[in-house]
Amino acid sequence: MSDSKPAARERPLSPHLQIYRWPVTMATSITHRITGVGNALGTVLVLWWLVALATGPDAYALVQAVMGSIPGRLILFGFTLSLVYHMLNGIRHLFWDAGIGFRVSTASVVSVIIYTLALAITLGMWAAAYALGGGVR
Amino acid sequence: MSLRTPLSKARGLGSAKDGVGHFIGQRATAIANIPLVTCFLVSVVLYGAADYETARAYLAHPVVTILMGLFFVSIFNHMRLGLQVIIEDYVANDGSRLALVLLVNFAAFAAVFSSLFCLARISFAG
Ligand code: HEM
Repeated sequence: MSDSKPAARERPLSPHLQIYRWPVTMATSITHRITGVGNALGTVLVLWWLVALATGPDAYALVQAVMGSIPGRLILFGFTLSLVYHMLNGIRHLFWDAGIGFRVSTASVVSVIIYTLALAITLGMWAAAYALGGGVR
Repeated sequence: MSLRTPLSKARGLGSAKDGVGHFIGQRATAIANIPLVTCFLVSVVLYGAADYETARAYLAHPVVTILMGLFFVSIFNHMRLGLQVIIEDYVANDGSRLALVLLVNFAAFAAVFSSLFCLARISFAG
């Protein structure tokens, strides 16, 4: 046995990420993964809200104070955007699974539509929630 | 030259080593999520900032309790499958990967149980 290792074979590497021009479909793809994780983190807040509501008025008042603060509202806005985006792009994923919508031009246009629509729906939801202020009675 | 068939070479490859059932589960829960998450989003707009009594009365309605229960079962299963894929993609070490996937599974089951328990408690209290 010789102690010299056999020379590592030069194998082709796939190009690193920064080599690519970023088409919008690459952005929507990674956004789907990021929002999937974002949604998972957001469910912690939903659970906290629900456990507090089941516990009693004091626990619920604390949740309302934290979530009603400015940082709380910003986080909830981000969570809403994450959910809405992931749902819209998830529907697109289901169409892809059925083989629909793969043409590059189609996929790019749909990506832009999804980003725009996600923001529009989220803003609409928050406008409606503010208009109702404190919830329907 | 090898006598193995292309199929036998492909079996067990990929970061997860198996996964058709997982793949289908991810899609099935994704489809169920569409109406259920929509219900949740509408509820949040209507009652997200409601006071204690109003929020409890809303959730105590049987139709709402049932829809929210289904929502939690569906999203936490979907989340469990989705996070597992991400972990399998990025965590190369066998031990850490196993530990993280286990943790995600435990957390998802704990989340399902807690949410259903709280819903039931609110609903049965009236
Ligand atoms: C609103 C309805 C939803 C739809 C239609 C949906 C759809 C999907 C689809 C089709 C995938 C597979 C994507 C792929 O193959 O790469 C996926 C992945 C995922 N989803 Fe959802 N989803 C929804 C809600 C949620 C929620 C509420 C959560 C979290 C609690 C979540 C977390 C995830 C995660 C973590 C992944 C894995 C992402 C990845 O592998 O990159 N999803 N979703």
